[in-house]
Amino acid sequence: MKPRLVVVGNGMAGVACVEQLLKRGADYEITIFGDEPHGNYNRILLSLVLAGERPAEEIILNDLNWYQNHGIRARLGVKVCAIDRQRRCVVDEARGVTAYDKLILATGSRPWIPPIGGADKANVHVFRTLEDTQALLAKARPGLRAVVIGGGLLGLEAARGLQLRGCTVTVVHLSSVLMERQLDATGGEYLKRKLEALGIRVLLPRQTAALLGNGRVEAVAFADGGHIEAELVVIAAGIRPNIELAQQAGLAVNRGIVVNDYLETSDPAIYAVGECTEHRGQTFGLVAPLYEQGRVLARVLTGDRSEAFTGAAPAARLKIAGVEIFSAGSIDETTPGVEVLRLEDPAAGVYKKILLKDGRLHGVILVGDTSDETAYTEWLRKGTDLSGMRKQVLFPPHDPDPGLEVAELADNDIVCGCNGVRKGAIIAAIHQHGIRTLAELKKHTKAATGCGSCGPLCSKLLRAVAPDFEEETRTTLCACLPFSYEQLREIVRSQRLKSVEEVLAVYGNRKGCEVCKPALSYLLDMVWCGEHEEDRSARFINDRVHANIQKDGTFSVVPRMRGGVTSPAELRRIADVAEKYNVPMVKVTGSQRIDLLGIKKSDLPKVWADLGMPSGQAYTKGVRMVKTCVGTEFCRFGVQDSTATGIELERRFENLYTPHKFKMGVSGCPRNCAEATVKDLGFVGQEGGWQVVVGGAAGKTVRKADLLITVATAEEALEAAALFFQYYRENANYLERSYDFVERLGIEKIRKETVYASPEAKQGLLDRLARSKAMAKDAWQEGAQPVHPTQFIQIEVPEAALK
Amino acid sequence: MNTTRTRRWTPVTEAMNVPPREGRLVIAGSRQVAVFNLNGRFLTIDNACPHKGGPLCDGIVSGTTVVCPLHGQRFDLETGAPVLASQPDFLRTYPTRVENGILYICFEPES
Repeated sequence: MKPRLVVVGNGMAGVACVEQLLKRGADYEITIFGDEPHGNYNRILLSLVLAGERPAEEIILNDLNWYQNHGIRARLGVKVCAIDRQRRCVVDEARGVTAYDKLILATGSRPWIPPIGGADKANVHVFRTLEDTQALLAKARPGLRAVVIGGGLLGLEAARGLQLRGCTVTVVHLSSVLMERQLDATGGEYLKRKLEALGIRVLLPRQTAALLGNGRVEAVAFADGGHIEAELVVIAAGIRPNIELAQQAGLAVNRGIVVNDYLETSDPAIYAVGECTEHRGQTFGLVAPLYEQGRVLARVLTGDRSEAFTGAAPAARLKIAGVEIFSAGSIDETTPGVEVLRLEDPAAGVYKKILLKDGRLHGVILVGDTSDETAYTEWLRKGTDLSGMRKQVLFPPHDPDPGLEVAELADNDIVCGCNGVRKGAIIAAIHQHGIRTLAELKKHTKAATGCGSCGPLCSKLLRAVAPDFEEETRTTLCACLPFSYEQLREIVRSQRLKSVEEVLAVYGNRKGCEVCKPALSYLLDMVWCGEHEEDRSARFINDRVHANIQKDGTFSVVPRMRGGVTSPAELRRIADVAEKYNVPMVKVTGSQRIDLLGIKKSDLPKVWADLGMPSGQAYTKGVRMVKTCVGTEFCRFGVQDSTATGIELERRFENLYTPHKFKMGVSGCPRNCAEATVKDLGFVGQEGGWQVVVGGAAGKTVRKADLLITVATAEEALEAAALFFQYYRENANYLERSYDFVERLGIEKIRKETVYASPEAKQGLLDRLARSKAMAKDAWQEGAQPVHPTQFIQIEVPEAALK
Repeated sequence: MNTTRTRRWTPVTEAMNVPPREGRLVIAGSRQVAVFNLNGRFLTIDNACPHKGGPLCDGIVSGTTVVCPLHGQRFDLETGAPVLASQPDFLRTYPTRVENGILYICFEPES
């Protein structure tokens, strides 16, 4: 008969140990008891579920099939209430008796509730389990005043999660330093500032005295007498190991269940792993050492005592986007013999503190920039002698052979400890799905989606393996919103945010600035095609009054003149307007149009009405013009009808907005008189067809456009243009000209995703463009129908009122 | 002596003529000021940017600051102070209040 192994606890530590046992081919009859009624899940990711970045079902590590497939008896939702050490069995609450030869206690920990009055009121929660998370999700709603008691790792992640759900969040912390177990006073202050910039209020040091309210919580009262309103309270004041079961069974317990280097308790048949343990006086709250324990115990249970658990250097990482925090090792600078190196850049929000002892790394704090995390982790783990490289300690050298670390790993080695993803599986996925970026790798393999610590290693793996590896660019929009354009597009879409104010309130600092507000305005317009709430206060003045502001505060007016083709009647009206409004300068522009300069804001509606021509969008990030040559209509060299095609091109795209200005040109023959090859989009006519070129520039930089495709007819050229145009609108960063966009992505990728894309993908681009176009209208119509009564009007105080 | 002098408030316009988070130019005799509506709180400063005379009424509001549309100089609407120390010039602020939907500004010289 197989020896019987019973595991009490279905959390990450216990199951990780069982997985290691299975991997080692151990022959046990295994029973796992779990309090919670579902399979094993990744507790570390609960904060992402709360934040809405991950659906709950995606954090399940082992579903019920896994237990079945490995012949494990899963007793889920069943609580073990006693251990009978004499008879070697456990007794559960249903009075079931399960015998064991070996018993693993992996009972974990529970939230510690500080002794404060009113903690039993309604709407007071803890944040530990999937059920806790679901309870919080059910209550969180925009505008709800939430207070998180505890400014440690978990508390801060809960705070950000609730804030992303729209709550107004205050963090109350007993210590004067946030995350004081991982940070020093300076690091804590940097962190506080970053959280405040996100719009989270932080109160330090503040001792909570009681939770007030009639039945449900209404306020948090402090020991110093003050109080704040609260409709929802989350207590995240720390955890306590679950030791009662072990204690009642007479095992040695202290703060945790006492274990030796082989995870053995005081009873040789009973072992313990995870947050319930105490090893050499230390208890645990972070996941990495618990996996280590699981590995060692799996060896011990298969008779291999060659490795011992000797404790683990603590390492912690805050999982809040835009708030990079990493801390590892011992950060106590009062330890004798410890030397400290510091780097501070308050403007950039970067703080580094390195503790050295005997020439070796002792501890590290990184705030704001954690890009060197891997180097420090390695130095800590290997105990590297740094005495000869003192100058590099603050700026670790980059690995001369980035592939070495990857090459040293075996295919069967686990890269992502949180999700148990092996090197071999990652390599297979890279080839199978053509993965190029870390984001794609995360999506397909779940690697690097847990605590994130293997992210750098995954990137190295990608760099070494993926044929078309792309480095992740982490440009954020501005300090108001710590997200990249790509992330913001996703956020706006998935969270269905429809106004600039909403995005800033939930994801930003509630203020916004001249950089992010116009960018968000564009983003919302592009994503929702007019279904959003247009907010003129978030637009630059040019887009509030549809004219280009000049150095003296007046405006310039450029009417649309499609393809640069005009008529005597139009020219006459322009001349009349110039005289009527005393326009100081009338100028032919570089884009074959006429510019009226020096017009007062209050005259704009009248000027537009008198002109009777649509806006040329010369003031905005949008479709400018199509420059054309005369082509076959008059030119003796012309081989294609460039004016008619150019005018049609302009008609199809006019009144639309783009990430940056968008200029086009159509030439009727390869002599290219319309300079189409230095435009954002150009057509060059040739015998029997057109070349469609994109990404040209003749501005700050000069760049010859790349050939997108060669086609036979004008209609085909127009369709190719539409595909590129919409693709640029959807994928470029705000203020990224097409020539930067084409260089960044590469013309091959752009061809693949536009003109060579699947029919469905092409139709998608064309449909979305059509939707935007259907909503688009000539902005100058606002001259007759202003969006606000004083859109173009200055307020004049009558003389009489001033006397 | 700490005597409270009654200020002279000039009625300017209906408050709703200044939309939320935008500014409007107010011409009062030879004086040009920019009045802003910070979601219901009204603040007034000189309109001309001390840098190159840009119209601050046309600037984007960020919190309690405004950014000049010409060259991006930034000023605090509450104090008239430049946000970057490299710009030495302060703007004058004008006491502003709303009563019965009418916006009043005090144009009296600073004491």
